[in-house]
Amino acid sequence: MGKCVTLAHGSGGLAMERLIREVFLQTFDDPELARLEDQARLELPPGCPALTTDAFVVDPLFFPGGDIGRLAVCGTVNDLVMGGAYPQSLSCAFILEEGLPIDDLQRIVRSMKVAADEAGVRIVTGDTKVVPKGAGDKMFITTAGVGVIPSGLELGAARICAGDRILVSGPVGDHGAAILDARGDLGLTHSIRSDCRALDGLVHSLLASSSVHAMRDPTRGGLAAVLNEYARASGLCLRIFEDNIPVRETVRGICELLGLDPLYLACEGRLLAVVPEDSAERALTALRFHGDRTDAAIIGEVMAQPVGQVILKTVFGGERILDQPEGEPLPRIC
Amino acid sequence: MRYIDEFRDPGAARTLIREIEGLLEALAPPRPLQIMEFCGGHTHAIFRYGLHQMLPEAVEWIHGPGCPVCVLPRERIDKAISLALDHGVTLTCFGDVLRVPGTAGSLLEARGRGADVRIVYSPLDSLALAKALPEREVVFFAIGFETTAPATAFTVLQADKESLANFSLLCQHVTTPSAIRALLGDPELRLDGILAPGHVSTVLGSESFRFIADEYHLPVVVSGFEPLDLLQSLWMLLVQIREGRCTLENQYGRVARKAGSLAAKRAIARVFEPAPSASWRGLGEIPASSLRLRGAYAGFDAERRFALNAARHIEDPAPCGEVLKGRMRPGECPFFACRCNPENPLGALMVSSEGACAAWYRYGGRT
Repeated sequence: MGKCVTLAHGSGGLAMERLIREVFLQTFDDPELARLEDQARLELPPGCPALTTDAFVVDPLFFPGGDIGRLAVCGTVNDLVMGGAYPQSLSCAFILEEGLPIDDLQRIVRSMKVAADEAGVRIVTGDTKVVPKGAGDKMFITTAGVGVIPSGLELGAARICAGDRILVSGPVGDHGAAILDARGDLGLTHSIRSDCRALDGLVHSLLASSSVHAMRDPTRGGLAAVLNEYARASGLCLRIFEDNIPVRETVRGICELLGLDPLYLACEGRLLAVVPEDSAERALTALRFHGDRTDAAIIGEVMAQPVGQVILKTVFGGERILDQPEGEPLPRIC
Repeated sequence: MRYIDEFRDPGAARTLIREIEGLLEALAPPRPLQIMEFCGGHTHAIFRYGLHQMLPEAVEWIHGPGCPVCVLPRERIDKAISLALDHGVTLTCFGDVLRVPGTAGSLLEARGRGADVRIVYSPLDSLALAKALPEREVVFFAIGFETTAPATAFTVLQADKESLANFSLLCQHVTTPSAIRALLGDPELRLDGILAPGHVSTVLGSESFRFIADEYHLPVVVSGFEPLDLLQSLWMLLVQIREGRCTLENQYGRVARKAGSLAAKRAIARVFEPAPSASWRGLGEIPASSLRLRGAYAGFDAERRFALNAARHIEDPAPCGEVLKGRMRPGECPFFACRCNPENPLGALMVSSEGACAAWYRYGGRT
């Protein structure tokens, strides 16, 4: 098959067939995919079908705690489970840049299979395109995910009420900091691991033990972005206690060095849940005692005023607006 | 986190705030005392930790022009863009310079149009890049006060030692004491005290701000950047005011020494000399307020190497100078939060998160 991806691997001919069979079919090992039809047939359990789509362009492709493949599977699964869905099947389309080492592709595809098995989802259909050198950046992955939401379960920003409590499932900013660190231009020690993981198990044990109004995973834009989305969508005020937000020391360190705020850094394995006040302790227990996560926390509460704003009570005792992020966080000069 | 959390202790803050409240009650000023924090780093910390809401109304912070990104004139951004787009150089710069708008867009937008613009964390990264890309011209957009000037100077010395032919600077190093003089020379300014730059003092020495007390008869305290530093510095200023003193005091003694860093000052003096005058966004032309490369290092001057013409200074339509001098609060500006916002800054102070208007917008002056 050669050492690197060439334009022939996307041409529809023999080279492409070999790539599909030897890399994708063998690794994903799914009978529906192996039919090699243009579509996959889905047999879904009863409930409301949920559909999501996502695209992954992370650079570098490999980073401590994950890679673009694992990120693609976990990210898609997480978008489904935030609505309470049981994830069923995924599609994935690969856009490969000419020259990508086949070994890298194989490693990423294997990692997708591991992540899919962990989350109990099947990869049932896909597509491969190759673009000339320079027309892409090594590899992009686009996915779609289908899941089923049990009848009667409704989650969403519209259900958030004044008095609700706000929880996070673990330390924030790990993924964003790991990627900054992994890019290598900081000269640091690469000691930060991405939190990249599927949250299906955590979500379903949370839903089994507590009433939940809304859930979202704070990916791009971090915690600050999700909190602002919720404040605007609900027309309520989200009041957050900075002291209660779990952040790892290493992530705080990198943020102090670069003048960044961990609340704006992406997570890929955390959820933010808004729950009724009387369910908060039960929800916290569910988050704390699922798997190895022990540092979930209640970080704030929902209030009626001021409308549509996120107010942060700082560690120092002051108060300020926690605004939505603007573009990529850029290091400050001094 | 050690050496960080100690300076953000809410208990110590409460004690200091009580002391400050006591002093203000005793002073009972007829109008709020106007205290200028010169540095953007101070402004950022005041808003980030919510200090402005924890203090009595008898103290009014005036947010000075000490944010190098904010005072960067638009025509300099245009020059950087022209270097990258018209002259095809690889332009390196600090991260927060990327979003600053010139007259026709920012470096970030120029990157979208094909310019090779890269973020570096130290000027030495640019040197490494120049060595890695011998076929490219690499230009470092050197901005900042005396805080970043030593690193640029050391980089030029290193480039000179290695006879690196494809490295140069677009130099925009400006100097703080001359800007403070220009501000304090305004007869309409009615400040009651100044928090002087901490990091600049680390390089220049705290003594370089003694002129504020001696010549302008204002209490002055060199301050650190953590929230407790700022509260303690404010307390020190208020004690001076109560005692009727106007002296220089140094709160940031753990880092900033009386004479500063001799090695850093020597490097600056070896590589740079004062330029006759410089434009500041929001403040206009200020004499002897910037650094340029000395003749011996003129070969590293990108403006010379690429024969860039001098550009006319273009002032902002927004009345930023009024805000800088404390005559107008950010929220009182007619452009604030409507035509001028962080996404689309019309004036200097909305540009970086250290700018007074951007901090005010982002952290709560809006409500």
